[in-house]
Amino acid sequence: MTPPYDFAAYRWPDERGRFGPYGGRFVPETLMPALEELESAYLTAVNDPTFQAELGRLQRTYVGRPTPLTHARRLSQHLGGAQIYLKREDLAHSGAHKINNALGQALLVRRMGKGRIVAETGAGQHGVATATAAALLGLECVVYMGTVDMARQAPNVFRMRLLGAEVRGVDSGSRTLKDAINEAIRDWVTNVRTTHYLLGSALGPHPYPTIVRDFQSVIGREARAQMLDRDAGGPGRLPDAVVACVGGGSNAIGIFYPFLADAGVRLIGVEAGGRGIASGEHAARFADPVVSRLGVLQGTKSYVMQNSDGQIALTHSVSAGLDYASVGPEHAWLRDLGRTEYTYATDDEALEAFGLLCRLEGIIPALESAHAVAEVVKLAPRLGRDAAILVNLSGRGDKDLDTVMRELGKG
Amino acid sequence: MKPTGAERIRAAFARARAEGRAAFMPYQMLGHPTPEQSLRIVRSLALAGADLFELGVPFSDPLADGPVIQAAAQRALDNGMTVARCLEMVAELRAELPDPPFCLMGYVNPLLAYGLERFVADAVAAGADGLIVPDLPPDEPEADELIALCRRHGLAPVFLLAPTSTPGRIALALARSQGFVYLVSVTGITGARDALPADLAEFVARVRAEALRQSPADPLPLAVGFGISTPAQAAQVAALADGVIVGSALVKLAAAAEADPAAAVASLARSLAESAHRPSSACQAGASGEPAG
Repeated sequence: MTPPYDFAAYRWPDERGRFGPYGGRFVPETLMPALEELESAYLTAVNDPTFQAELGRLQRTYVGRPTPLTHARRLSQHLGGAQIYLKREDLAHSGAHKINNALGQALLVRRMGKGRIVAETGAGQHGVATATAAALLGLECVVYMGTVDMARQAPNVFRMRLLGAEVRGVDSGSRTLKDAINEAIRDWVTNVRTTHYLLGSALGPHPYPTIVRDFQSVIGREARAQMLDRDAGGPGRLPDAVVACVGGGSNAIGIFYPFLADAGVRLIGVEAGGRGIASGEHAARFADPVVSRLGVLQGTKSYVMQNSDGQIALTHSVSAGLDYASVGPEHAWLRDLGRTEYTYATDDEALEAFGLLCRLEGIIPALESAHAVAEVVKLAPRLGRDAAILVNLSGRGDKDLDTVMRELGKG
Repeated sequence: MKPTGAERIRAAFARARAEGRAAFMPYQMLGHPTPEQSLRIVRSLALAGADLFELGVPFSDPLADGPVIQAAAQRALDNGMTVARCLEMVAELRAELPDPPFCLMGYVNPLLAYGLERFVADAVAAGADGLIVPDLPPDEPEADELIALCRRHGLAPVFLLAPTSTPGRIALALARSQGFVYLVSVTGITGARDALPADLAEFVARVRAEALRQSPADPLPLAVGFGISTPAQAAQVAALADGVIVGSALVKLAAAAEADPAAAVASLARSLAESAHRPSSACQAGASGEPAG
């Protein structure tokens, strides 16, 4: 046995963009120079006080950071166990944590002198965030979105168009997030000299998983300080567990990362259990070893849902933002290191948690975030009343009202 | 001793060069439009004058490919194609066509799922000579592994270069490729273009200079693909490079043919082969390489 890993000294990825065996750069050669350029521009920017000051200013004056920490008293009472604290990314401008990364990358793009960005979107939240940042900074913006997702997230399509972005429907494959990423990458391959790919999750080729993690870590840094600070609404101590939903894994890595060295804090990621693991209709990459194995999808090596021949499997989740066949490489590595743990919530559990949060706290969460709440519903009663759980409420649920009405109508 | 894939590929390029022409390398997706028809298409391309073949292994998410090859891959998968079935078809083709080198082109995930070592061994046993993996750059650790396996089993690893490739990356891809190196003509995905990019000659010359620097007596052949769809374009490329690769234009004809896809591709393939074999203008300085030996 190796000695326990010292997370105070955690410094991943390595110089090849690997998190242990995961990550890397599996892209057409055309993009390799752009990735090298991006890595170098990013490293210069993050070490430049001017860049950090500008990012900090926009986070305060435009995004509305820090987002509050809310003690969910009625939900805690209802569940009869641990005290539940919500990190309110739903209150960030444009309605989700996605703006943290979109704004950071958009500032980087401007610095790199490129005038055009392309992005993919599943639920539409990353597309809206990217369109928002593009409008703010005067960048041309094209968002690729699967036509299935366009149908189930119609309000967000309209939002993006209002914000001046061009939304291009993708009709290939399953017509969801994975196919939107393929098209965004194809656009990027074609226009790489003038265009930046503003990837929205902790996925894709190096350095994207690192860039996205770093820009999203503001969530965990703020939440950790707020938990320790009674004046900020926290219990005055670290939580016993941090819970976040995991699609590609950007909101989860953002809230987990600043807690890595806090050994007593459990870090729990919640994947989309869809219609149940046995049904095969889910997106629980860590829960189903039959379908989900080590592989390469869209530039990175990680767990990938696939058939025995290596063809990418179709996934299902009631939440478009979790409906993806692979998971961020750093999550796979942290899981191997024993630092993070992953579970799943089914569509039904997420919908139930969605309703609970609406009724007990007056907060309509995104269906993605409702998966994290669903895990809290299971976990909180098992912990004592003096325990504390921090939940990343990654987005608001306005975009999901049609879906929820339809799903509740079924029963 | 049986020649390696790299030796057979080099021999095919050397033959073309000795005849004062570029090699014609058509692409065909295995299993498209049906498995049986894809075999017939390859036979028909051989008759049309193909010197080497690029044979596609379908993948559900081919991010270097444009709509034509994406659709062909999906159709092949819908026809039940698997990596194993592709290798069986390679063996069938090899039995009928002993001479032309076959380069397999497949994305990395299906190869990992099949097992890299098992894939390389089975591909060689089936009669494949080279392997192109468009989403595996030569600097990834998995490429080290693949190159070692290819050398052990006698399969030629072929890496790609793009107009955006830096001098360092050009040197790396040339050093790690065997048989030939694949130049992506355009900054973009596969698919027909109206015109070849203006900087193609300059790009080919840059790579040629490095190939000559690495191996003055016997530089690695350069084959150019992506975006070449017409005989005129094939002739232009043939004046610059050692090989002309045509994919989407042929796949599109096969996809659209209602009765006889092999016949549908034959006529274009013949014109492309003739054009590749008769470069459109005098070879530009430094563009055709030094004669071997």
